[in-house]
Amino acid sequence: MTALTLTHIHKSFGEVEVLKDINLTVEDGEFVVFVGPSGCGKSTLLRVIAGLEDATSGTVNIGGDVVNNVPPARRGIAMVFQSYALYPHLSVRGNMALGLKQEKQPKSVIDERVEKAVQMLDLSAYVDRRPSDLSGGQRQRVAIGRAIVRDPKLFLFDEPLSNLDAALRMNTRIEIAELHRTLSASMIYVTHDQTEAMTLADKIVVLRDGQVEQVGSPMELYNNPANQFVAGFLGSPSMNFLKKAPLAMPPNGALGIRPEHLRLVPNGRIRGTVTHVERLGGDTNLLVSTDQQEAVTVRLFGQDSTGVGEAVELDFDDHIAFAFDDKMQRAAV
Amino acid sequence: MSVARQNNFNTYAAHGALILYTLIALFPVFVIVINSFKTRKAIFREPLALPNSDSFSLIGYETVLKQGDFFLYFQNSMIVTVGSLFFILLFGAMAAFALAEYRFRGNLIMGLYLALGIMIPIRIGTVAILEMMVQTGLVNTLWALILVYTAQGLPLAVFILSEFMRQVSDDLKNAGRIDGLSEYRIFFRLVLPLVRPAMATVAVFNMIPIWNDLWFPLILAPAEEVKTLTLGSQVFIGQFVTDWNAVLSALSLAILPVMALYVVFSRQLIRGITSGAVK
Repeated sequence: MTALTLTHIHKSFGEVEVLKDINLTVEDGEFVVFVGPSGCGKSTLLRVIAGLEDATSGTVNIGGDVVNNVPPARRGIAMVFQSYALYPHLSVRGNMALGLKQEKQPKSVIDERVEKAVQMLDLSAYVDRRPSDLSGGQRQRVAIGRAIVRDPKLFLFDEPLSNLDAALRMNTRIEIAELHRTLSASMIYVTHDQTEAMTLADKIVVLRDGQVEQVGSPMELYNNPANQFVAGFLGSPSMNFLKKAPLAMPPNGALGIRPEHLRLVPNGRIRGTVTHVERLGGDTNLLVSTDQQEAVTVRLFGQDSTGVGEAVELDFDDHIAFAFDDKMQRAAV
Repeated sequence: MSVARQNNFNTYAAHGALILYTLIALFPVFVIVINSFKTRKAIFREPLALPNSDSFSLIGYETVLKQGDFFLYFQNSMIVTVGSLFFILLFGAMAAFALAEYRFRGNLIMGLYLALGIMIPIRIGTVAILEMMVQTGLVNTLWALILVYTAQGLPLAVFILSEFMRQVSDDLKNAGRIDGLSEYRIFFRLVLPLVRPAMATVAVFNMIPIWNDLWFPLILAPAEEVKTLTLGSQVFIGQFVTDWNAVLSALSLAILPVMALYVVFSRQLIRGITSGAVK
């Protein structure tokens, strides 16, 4: 069964078209990540799915029902917001129970589900506290708990980790992945952070300017990007694009080589000078200015003693380089 | 504050200025209160002297309590002020929420139209208002005053509150919608508590002019049973003779309820500010 089907979704704010003909399916139990630069429409798309915005045209189908005219509360969804959005006047328990109370569930069901979520998220010490007495990480767990108790057909996450610090972000990311495994629920997750996208997703949807650029599993997108945008967006440091490549290229095209695929070798096809070195311990990033005045990044594993100003020669394997034509689409190398 | 301690002179200067301002602001009130406890002769002989055993007299208060029904006037003023504030805050907040929250055709025009009232004094329309009140039979009722003051206070209330409502997190309102709260519950339970400091500001801004107003009570509700306190005090001010004891006593008494109201609202103001600061 499909958890969500979007067909020909358009959304405009006045003259501005924010979403252009979005077609998408999310299978049952799938973890789908919407990723893209800010302003690409990923949050708007999530809000259209949630029913917080109306689509200008197109249909939203959740769990087999067209829900275009169904209010958010009856779409069978639950949402976790970037700013947590907890009710400041209610305790942790009250925050979690409110949605069920609105559904007029019997008290026993409410207590049981809240208790289960509290156990799952390790919040039992805090159930009677107000959100203002909790730390950022705890607040986000309460927000996730509020979503779990509703037992939705579809979970929606709107950049839930953006407000957390780096260490907490990683822990919470793992918790969300575990949550997905335990609940085996369908989830849609919006982020601009490609690490989150790569690590969490079964399927990544890359959006740009309100259009879907590519859909696929993280490794598909990494190994086989459809166009220059997707190639440059995923991967860190991002892919190098050479206009003056040492290979036969489409006219005005570019050759894409990932920084980790460049090697320092004598007599390499690319020559240049190191302009900057980033030593991260585990690996080393060299910024190289080529003799053709193009900047490339080289990612070397382990530690490397190359210094700024040194002349280097680089090479790569042709079969893992990508060629893009003048319209930024993939072309044969 | 460690930063302030580094510069003692500035701290003292700031406090000096504030204390000076407080003294200047409180001086007239102080003079009114001390003279209300003095005999008529003492008021004129030494207006700045504190009452002593010779000059102490409660004659003013006695006159006030005997002549006219001052408790009724108090009650009228209170009903008009509290009633007007209630409607200003209720309707002002509702309009502000609609303007801040919903996208609809004419949103901007409507906002500007509502704000226009800030620039145009309502007293310009007194004659028309009076005619309207006569036709609707509201002359000499407290409702006439409450309606006029509500209209007078709404523009600024809508203006200030809609600014604050725009700052309330969209996520919070959307979380409520997803949990199935109605727009009314979102407004009353989620948004209003968060804009409480702004509501208190609006209330304080509106309260004093309404309490002290003489114009509309005189024109719209001069009858004995609906007189407000300010209008009631006017009986002691004659064209040739003014009963200063009574006037000063009435004014001193008039300060008390409005001060009580202010304390209520300002406590909200402070609570709102501090709760907002730590969040």
